[in-house]
Amino acid sequence: MDHLIGALVGAPLLGAGVLLAGGRRLDRAGHWIGCLLAAVSFALGAALFADMLGKPTGQRTLTSHLFSWVPVGGFRADVAFQLDQLSMTFVLLITGVGTLIHIYSVGYMAHDENRRRFFGYLNLFLAAMLLLVLANNYLLLYAGWEGVGLASYLLIGFWQHKPSAATAAKKAFIVNRVGDMGLSIAIMVLFTTFGTFSFAPVFAHATSASQAKLTVVGLLLLLGACGKSAQVPLQSWLGDAMEGPTPVSALIHAATMVTAGVYLVTRSGVIFNAAPTAQLAVCVVGAVTLMFGAIVGCAKDDIKKALAGSTMSQIGYMMLAAGLGPIGYVFAIMHLVTHGFFKAGLFLGAGSVMHGMNDEVDMRKYGGLRGYMPITYVTFGLGYLAIIGFPGLSGFWSKDKIIEAAFAKGGTEGWILGGVALLGAGITAYYMTRVMVMTFFGERRWQPAPEPDTAPSVEPGIEVHPGDLPHPHESPKVMTIPMIVLAVGSVFAGGLFSINSAFVKWLQPVTGHSEGHSPVTTGEVTAATLVVLAVGVALAWAQYGRAPVPVTAPRGSLLTRAARRDLLQDDFNHVVLVRGGEHLTRSLVYLDHSLVDGAVNGTAASVGGLSARLRQVQNGYVRSYAVSMLGGTAVLVAATLLMRAV
Amino acid sequence: MNPINYLYLSALLFTIGGAGVLFRRNAIIVFMCVELMLNACNLAFVTFARLHGNLDGQIFAFFTMVVAAAEVVVGLAIIVTFFRSRHSASVDDASLMKL
Amino acid sequence: MAFPLLTVTAAVPAVGAIATAAVPAGRRTAAKWLALGFSLATLVFAGLDAARFTPGGARYQLTESHAWIADFGVRYQLGVDGIAVVLVLLAAVLVPFVMLAGWHDADVLDGHAPSRNWRPTQGFFALILLVEAMVVISFEATDVFLFYIFFEAMLVPMYFLIGGFGDRAGPKGEGEQAKQRSYAAVKFLLYNLAGGLIMLAAVIGLYAVTAHQLGGHGTFSLPQILQARASGQLRLSSTAERWIFLGFFFAFAVKAPLWPLHTWLPNAMGEATAPVAVLLTAVVDKVGTFAMLRYCLQLFPEASKWAAPVILVLSVIGIIYGALLAVGQRDIKRLIAYASISHFGFIILGIFAMTSQGQGGAALYMVNHGVSTAAWLLVAGFLITRRGSRLIADFGGVQKVAPLLAGTFLVGGLATLSLPGLAPFVSEFLVLVGTFSRYPAAGVIATLAIVLAALYVLVLYQRTMTGPVKAGNEGIRDLRARELVVVAPLIALLIFLGVYPKPVTDMINPAVKDTLSDVHRTDPAPQTNASLTAAAKESAK
Repeated sequence: MDHLIGALVGAPLLGAGVLLAGGRRLDRAGHWIGCLLAAVSFALGAALFADMLGKPTGQRTLTSHLFSWVPVGGFRADVAFQLDQLSMTFVLLITGVGTLIHIYSVGYMAHDENRRRFFGYLNLFLAAMLLLVLANNYLLLYAGWEGVGLASYLLIGFWQHKPSAATAAKKAFIVNRVGDMGLSIAIMVLFTTFGTFSFAPVFAHATSASQAKLTVVGLLLLLGACGKSAQVPLQSWLGDAMEGPTPVSALIHAATMVTAGVYLVTRSGVIFNAAPTAQLAVCVVGAVTLMFGAIVGCAKDDIKKALAGSTMSQIGYMMLAAGLGPIGYVFAIMHLVTHGFFKAGLFLGAGSVMHGMNDEVDMRKYGGLRGYMPITYVTFGLGYLAIIGFPGLSGFWSKDKIIEAAFAKGGTEGWILGGVALLGAGITAYYMTRVMVMTFFGERRWQPAPEPDTAPSVEPGIEVHPGDLPHPHESPKVMTIPMIVLAVGSVFAGGLFSINSAFVKWLQPVTGHSEGHSPVTTGEVTAATLVVLAVGVALAWAQYGRAPVPVTAPRGSLLTRAARRDLLQDDFNHVVLVRGGEHLTRSLVYLDHSLVDGAVNGTAASVGGLSARLRQVQNGYVRSYAVSMLGGTAVLVAATLLMRAV
Repeated sequence: MNPINYLYLSALLFTIGGAGVLFRRNAIIVFMCVELMLNACNLAFVTFARLHGNLDGQIFAFFTMVVAAAEVVVGLAIIVTFFRSRHSASVDDASLMKL
Repeated sequence: MAFPLLTVTAAVPAVGAIATAAVPAGRRTAAKWLALGFSLATLVFAGLDAARFTPGGARYQLTESHAWIADFGVRYQLGVDGIAVVLVLLAAVLVPFVMLAGWHDADVLDGHAPSRNWRPTQGFFALILLVEAMVVISFEATDVFLFYIFFEAMLVPMYFLIGGFGDRAGPKGEGEQAKQRSYAAVKFLLYNLAGGLIMLAAVIGLYAVTAHQLGGHGTFSLPQILQARASGQLRLSSTAERWIFLGFFFAFAVKAPLWPLHTWLPNAMGEATAPVAVLLTAVVDKVGTFAMLRYCLQLFPEASKWAAPVILVLSVIGIIYGALLAVGQRDIKRLIAYASISHFGFIILGIFAMTSQGQGGAALYMVNHGVSTAAWLLVAGFLITRRGSRLIADFGGVQKVAPLLAGTFLVGGLATLSLPGLAPFVSEFLVLVGTFSRYPAAGVIATLAIVLAALYVLVLYQRTMTGPVKAGNEGIRDLRARELVVVAPLIALLIFLGVYPKPVTDMINPAVKDTLSDVHRTDPAPQTNASLTAAAKESAK
């Protein structure tokens, strides 16, 4: 079975290679090749999963050493895989959701002339993401880490002719690079501390290193996680990343890639457990992002950006849980999986809506769509119920556990973190209800496409092409079926995992688990959560369900306006980093020319000036040469005489 | 007569020759002044030979004469050629080699 | 006597240069094919060198040694270690691509179309071969004087390549362009000559010291000097060693180039045609960094350690400075030149960090930088030739009209920003780890460059390739077959070396180990040696 791990990564990699190098002749079949190889990867994952279930708990870790990658001196990085329960969870999520989204994309990208390239990039993403979760050392993980970054860059900027997409792609890559810098320095520290960066030996010896070192490593890993998982302060790229095609937003920027930071923290649990300061930092980042994302999500009118804010916020939950240590790891991953289902489902639903609405993303121009696209409405609705934590659905099981675990951290920290998590649940209910209501309920705020024969322009002076107006319709089956599957997952996954604490038992051997001492009982937490949930839903209904929604956004309060601008973080970045950087580089360019080059040119000029003076002596007159000869002779004679005298 | 007087005479002749080379423009005059300087040297050589009582100075004097003769041949040829092309014998006109 | 493989490797391109130059006027195409044939033959011999080289065997292999100027102890002495053999191979691999990429570069000069007695094409290809021959012999020489001669001599053909065949694409018109070009060529020559002269003084100084201490028989032979040092016969006073070291280092730092001696490179690379610029940075400049490793560290270990802190600071400045300036450039080729300055900073940083990762990484970086710059810059050159402009602002939306060109340009750029999976990542990371393990602060600051690299590469890509098609860009054609033949193998090589660099590192490692033992440096030991215990456990299993 060990060799199958390589094939797991290899299948989508092969797909990427074939599709990208194959050229136009593969245009007609390219998307099916992509789907097939994603499905192969999923089948392999399922086979390995079945195999793993058949083994006793202690022997479930598979390793596979392919070849030595970089052997230099004491530094050895191998291309070697390690498949344990944690990786397995990710493999199934990535390949499963990945395959569904591949299939969905066949319909979504049907009219795009570069569909083959799109599937090549998607396959590349799958391969890189699998590499990330299967690596048995940090350097290989880093390779996958940057690989998903590349795939994300290529896919966000897939519609390169749109300047906004190209800018968003570049921004995502560069912000991620800041995080990557943290990760790469962390690897360097690990290497100088342990002499290796393979998981097994590092974790085995983690406790023998000084706590300061481990804290440094932990904080650097956190920086990396912040970049990839769009956590404060490196979150600014995620909203812009919605410029990419919607299946990309679903797969990469909701279900899988952005959760890599949570994987990293959970995987490095041993290091974090020994570095409480770093752990606290993870919690704080998680809690801050949780609120940040939620607030941003409340203000956005762009359906994808609202969902992006929600993603940020939900990953904040996961980070918060991962920062809690052994009481939280399992729930972080569990929420990650359930979130993978419902958020992917929500994005696919949003994509389906956009598909029917001529790529309109402004929710203020939706409304009353439930009659036009029933399957989308139902699947989106189930995803909505799951994310707000409606009792019995997936989100309920995983999010409640995180809130409970946050309280269980104990002390003032526990109360604060728990309180934030609880409040976040209320805000989640609010903004998700807002999205749901604005899209599917209320009166319709769009102009339907006129019938072909009655076509006077609606507004005189503005020519309206019939094709520019939406005619909402249900999406084809190739798109709705993945949505249905994901909706089923959103409904049942959480419950299934919680039967007999199955998920806890499954992951416990890898991440460890402890119950903690919660100052509040499970019942109390559930009750409190349900109360804030009800309040959130009611508020949103009162605001957007009962009253009509204006088509142009009202000015709003100061907070709303700030939230629309991502709480001014972009403005800060622009003023401080972009402007500052521009000034710096411009002055350096000037200095390089005038100072560094100038010093050398100055030397050259002064030598030139000197020689120009000296040149005057060579006037060509015999007599002046003779004078200088005479003078020279006189000096020589005088010198000789003087030397004599001395 | 004290041989040292010949040395004074030699120095005087050399100075006259040197001044002529420096201040006169006519190439022929310059040329003659060079000859004058060479002969001043010869006088000094011969005087030293007499003073030291050996023949070294006289031998040098002969060498100088040979060189002077060769110089006259080459130098006059150059001056004549120059005069033909420029219709002038002024040394200031021969400054084409300067930068 | 064994077959003089190394001599032949260097002689083939030299003979090729003469043969190409002798091709009659008007037979341009024949000259091109002849030159390409000779460069491929060189590649075959370079491959043979590598095949015959035994990693881990004697330090210098395939040696040849003949008396040359006996009075001064100058010998014609060749020999390669692992690093040299890899770099010879790099030069031999890149030159055919340079030729193919510049296939038509010398066919039209200053608006003169080829006539019946057209000779510049012959000259162009002959000069390239001549540079190759000189570079190869500089890598192979183990005699300081022999090395010095070719180190200096290669400036002459490079001067003509930059000044005579420079880029015609410029914003200010032909006349201004020619002026810029000759300025760049002269600047290149003067900088490198100045470095070379100072080195000459140091070379003579070295001879004087050895002559003084080895009983009147001075020597330039590297192995002989190393042996004399090891046996205690030769002891340089620390003052003498430092002065001679500085003389050598200055020349190499100009060639490499190290901040603040770098200003000739942007001019030279900007004005030269892209293939010549590739020849310059990817091949010729490698002699500078290679010579630091071979001559500075091996001949003057104590002085190298003495100077290391200052050099490290300069290279870190160079890394960040080069990257920041690249961000601020408006000219595509100058941008790539500043990126190269940043990368040369990495190479020098790795060399003087004096750890096995740092130096191994630096040696590998020389190869990887060569390949990645070639890939990126040659595609940039294709783009520039099509549009007739080097200004970034003149481009936009190219991917719409020439997707293949845009794609390969992106791959070259991604290699430059050290994306894992492509070759430069491995070496850059090794250099960073190697530096970090001894000088953490330098390592951390240098790591900043990975963010800046992403910035200049992606901003360049965004401005030139994405967005709506800019006016004047509609006619840009996609890559032709000849250009694809240039780019595809380079990209394949980038991927191969990024995924499986082991064949190269196996060659390099023993040489790095020898160099480190010359300078009496060992890697800093990790605090907790988890790898050892893990290895022990594994073997117990």
